[in-house]
Amino acid sequence: MLAVSVLLVTGSTLAGCSGETSWKTEVLTSMSVKINTVLPNNRLVHHNTKLRTERVSLYYGTFRALKDISLDIPEHAITAIIGPSGCGKSSFLRLFNRMNDLITRARVEGCVELDGVHIYEKSTDVVELRKRVGMVFQKPNPFPMSVFDNVSFGPRQHGRKSRGELGDIVEKSLKLAALWDEVKEKLDQSALALSGGQQQRLCIARVLAVEPEVILMDEPCSALDPVATLKIEDLMTNLAANYTIVIVTHNMQQAARVSDMAACFLMDPDRSGVLVEYGPTSQIFTNPKDKRTEDYITGRFG
Amino acid sequence: MRFSEKIPGRVLLVIAFSALSALVLITVFIFVEGVPLIARVGVFNFIFGMKWAPSQGAFGIFPMIVGSLSVTLGAIILGVPIALCCAIFLTEFAPATVRNAIRPAIQLLAGIPSVVYGFWGLIFVVPLIRNYIGGPGLSILAGSIILAIMILPTIISISEVSLLALPPPYREGAFALGATQWQTIHGVLLPAARSGILAAVILGMGRAIGETMAVIMVLGNAVAMPSSILDPARTLTTNIGIEMAYAAGEHRQALFATGIVLLVMIMILNSVAQYALRRRQDER
Repeated sequence: MLAVSVLLVTGSTLAGCSGETSWKTEVLTSMSVKINTVLPNNRLVHHNTKLRTERVSLYYGTFRALKDISLDIPEHAITAIIGPSGCGKSSFLRLFNRMNDLITRARVEGCVELDGVHIYEKSTDVVELRKRVGMVFQKPNPFPMSVFDNVSFGPRQHGRKSRGELGDIVEKSLKLAALWDEVKEKLDQSALALSGGQQQRLCIARVLAVEPEVILMDEPCSALDPVATLKIEDLMTNLAANYTIVIVTHNMQQAARVSDMAACFLMDPDRSGVLVEYGPTSQIFTNPKDKRTEDYITGRFG
Repeated sequence: MRFSEKIPGRVLLVIAFSALSALVLITVFIFVEGVPLIARVGVFNFIFGMKWAPSQGAFGIFPMIVGSLSVTLGAIILGVPIALCCAIFLTEFAPATVRNAIRPAIQLLAGIPSVVYGFWGLIFVVPLIRNYIGGPGLSILAGSIILAIMILPTIISISEVSLLALPPPYREGAFALGATQWQTIHGVLLPAARSGILAAVILGMGRAIGETMAVIMVLGNAVAMPSSILDPARTLTTNIGIEMAYAAGEHRQALFATGIVLLVMIMILNSVAQYALRRRQDER
């Protein structure tokens, strides 16, 4: 309950903020940030908090993989999670669609919210949650079936049956994922025949077909060449207007290029992942407040 | 390379070829014995002949081909759904403790001698059919039930292996799209494993079609063409098993010729299974 009331207070404070002409970033607490951005057309966009964690810890058996992470992730923006290998970035990402449920010994403590609703309640419908929070994996993982069947998989499972309706969804999703022109002639061919970059965009299209609100990306470009990477980054930038995107990346340049917000994770001495610093990407990369962030970003370790 | 280093390789080569030569020897022997009779009777008359009466010189094995195929088909229809459910349960639902208890039990099923299956079928299944369904009890249905149980271990093990061999990202990807566990199994995992499962079914068929002892005991062994699954029948294998003791001359040749037909059928099944398994590797 405490978490909810804090959120309400935060919201009302910001309602006042956005009414003013200021578009600069407001840092409310050390890790809770509200951002306003100016789009190219000078429209002022106010970002609400979409995802939120409050003192979240994740355990695998007795090992504490994440320690007391509190983070507000803004809506319709790209938030990057950076940090060295093994610091729990992916585990953190998987909190939001409860993929950690698939690991039998995983246990979550603390509060994880989507639109202000705790998603680790007994009453949470995990299937419904995963429809709202899609995920793109590190290695492209198209199913061994046709391009069409891959993209229409989600809608088919969720009850849309007519071929015409599915065809529209597939075309729309592939266009959104900037893949339509490359595959429109081979919708009936196996998805495994596509190139790695095409496969990854197919996986993004597959997620888009379910019409999620949030897209989680777990190092989506680490298996791709620079050209394919650039295409995915352009795609992310375009999608950010309508989707909340959270991306885990090892690539500092990528985080700097695409993200609006950046969170830096590190491993504390007992090997648990901790959040070191969180703020607008420009600030994290040009003027980090924490010495450890600076060391990591400048490549002194990690 | 020094000569002494070559010795192990050469010795193993000879031993390996002796195993292979057994196959060649048996095949050649069967063909030498059986082909003359097929040539005399005619391939068509032998395979599609309706009458088997060796004492009158009538050698038609079509009722037995029908018997073999119907018993095998029955075993597949009864056994495959159970085996598939079992494999899916073991790979997707069962907790480790249950899995570790069931898996050896299933392998034990493969270790029961076929004569024991036949005996149990004769004492338990046959009266059950006679009393509650009808007919003499000794029937295609009884044979199918026994064979269905006998092919379970084969189909379960190979299906289980092909489901376990699927890359974990398939599972994760489906779950992440909001698919339920059943939708994931039905929509992604089973289609992805289908060639392995097909191979499992075909190998099960090969086992069913070749089984002799258990089938002799529950099938009734009548040489007439069966008209329903409650009728007794005779399969190609039981034909050889029953008559070999007293067959001589042409009759004995005819039994070897039956063996040729059986061998060809099993070779076709095995090649299809090999093809299916190879396709699974290509899909990766």
